[in-house]
Amino acid sequence: MSAIEAMLGSQSFFYGMEPDHLATLAHVASPVDYEPGDVIFREGGDADACYLILEGDVGLEMMVPGRGPHVIQTLHAGEILGWSWLFRPYRWVYDAQALTPTKAIRFDAPALRRAKLEDCAFGYELMQRFTEVLASRMQAARLQLLDLYGSHR
Amino acid sequence: MALIADTQVKLDPMTPVPYRVARLNDELSDTFTLELEPTDRDISFAPGQFTMLYVFGVGEVPISVSGDPGRRGLLVQTVRAVGPVTDALQALSPGDYVGVRGPFGTSWPMEAAEGHDVVIMGGGIGLAPLRPAIYHVLNNRDRYKDFVLLYGARSPQELLYAQELQEWGGRFDMTVLVSVDVATRGWTGSVGVVTKLVGRGPYDADDAVVFLCGPGIMMRYGAQALLDQGVSGDRIYVSLERNMKCAIGFCGHCQFGPTFICKDGPVFPFKDVEKLIQVREV
Repeated sequence: MSAIEAMLGSQSFFYGMEPDHLATLAHVASPVDYEPGDVIFREGGDADACYLILEGDVGLEMMVPGRGPHVIQTLHAGEILGWSWLFRPYRWVYDAQALTPTKAIRFDAPALRRAKLEDCAFGYELMQRFTEVLASRMQAARLQLLDLYGSHR
Repeated sequence: MALIADTQVKLDPMTPVPYRVARLNDELSDTFTLELEPTDRDISFAPGQFTMLYVFGVGEVPISVSGDPGRRGLLVQTVRAVGPVTDALQALSPGDYVGVRGPFGTSWPMEAAEGHDVVIMGGGIGLAPLRPAIYHVLNNRDRYKDFVLLYGARSPQELLYAQELQEWGGRFDMTVLVSVDVATRGWTGSVGVVTKLVGRGPYDADDAVVFLCGPGIMMRYGAQALLDQGVSGDRIYVSLERNMKCAIGFCGHCQFGPTFICKDGPVFPFKDVEKLIQVREV
């Protein structure tokens, strides 16, 4: 097992994954670094990657006309950034910007999509893990919508 | 594990004692902190306890003590103005008098938490009843291992005790993680629901004792996130809020299933009230 496969396997998102699946991931992975303020991707752009954040903080933002960029969620070490690569038309729906010095692993999305089709077990495993992320973020967004802390007058 | 505080009410628990308003500090648009001086007795309390504050001629409300238990001679209580009595409290001026009964109720298990990591998780004004526990840990820092505060608020403008949060965050002997649901321009911290902080704190889930207070639904999901993280349900404590009236378990106003929040609580082991928290209607 290569160093990058071992490193991926130690991350909670990939924990317990089969070694050959980790090898597939490692094959399309590359390390990336961002400085605070660096734009990782822009809304509407090609969703050609996803990222595993190793260090640092990333803000997901929406540009609100007249109000500027609006941070809707922050992501941190150990979390996955980017799921738009999974679904057509493969376009980013938010901006992503590094808030602090950030290290991440970038996975090439077209290569991942091909690998999913060629190896259904790998594809299922990956989809299951991404679906958990999506479900957890949807639940978090719903809790945010509840406005828990508002006045009860 | 002794949940009942050492503090005992010496006077008739139904008789309010006059306290003088020493100071009233605005915290948020609808939230303020009262500093009250006793006129004829000293007061001591345990972190997590509450008093009944009586505005003469208006009415009485239960309010958690939010001050430093190591600082005698002053009763500090943070109040959100949500009705006639709390509105009247907000209209008080230094020199005015209020009636105080208590302190009442169970407290955060500070002794049981000694030797463990301590995680304090609060949401919104739920930080107020937790603040005495924070002071206690900081006053006795060598008795506890890693100390983590997880706090969530609606927006950066609605962070309770913002200045203290900043001071605590600058300390080397505790970790402070704050998240807001709605960011505004200039906010560089975390954005997202407070339960997302649970996996980020530097504490040992197998060892940690957790004190949790906030809106009911936040406590439910917060406790679930802690359980998912591996924290044992018998080391999670929650503070429940109900409409306390007599505060000594006679009137039944705060009865929650078989439990009187005023007398048996407000601080409970989560496992004892887990089912109650999930009750849809009482």
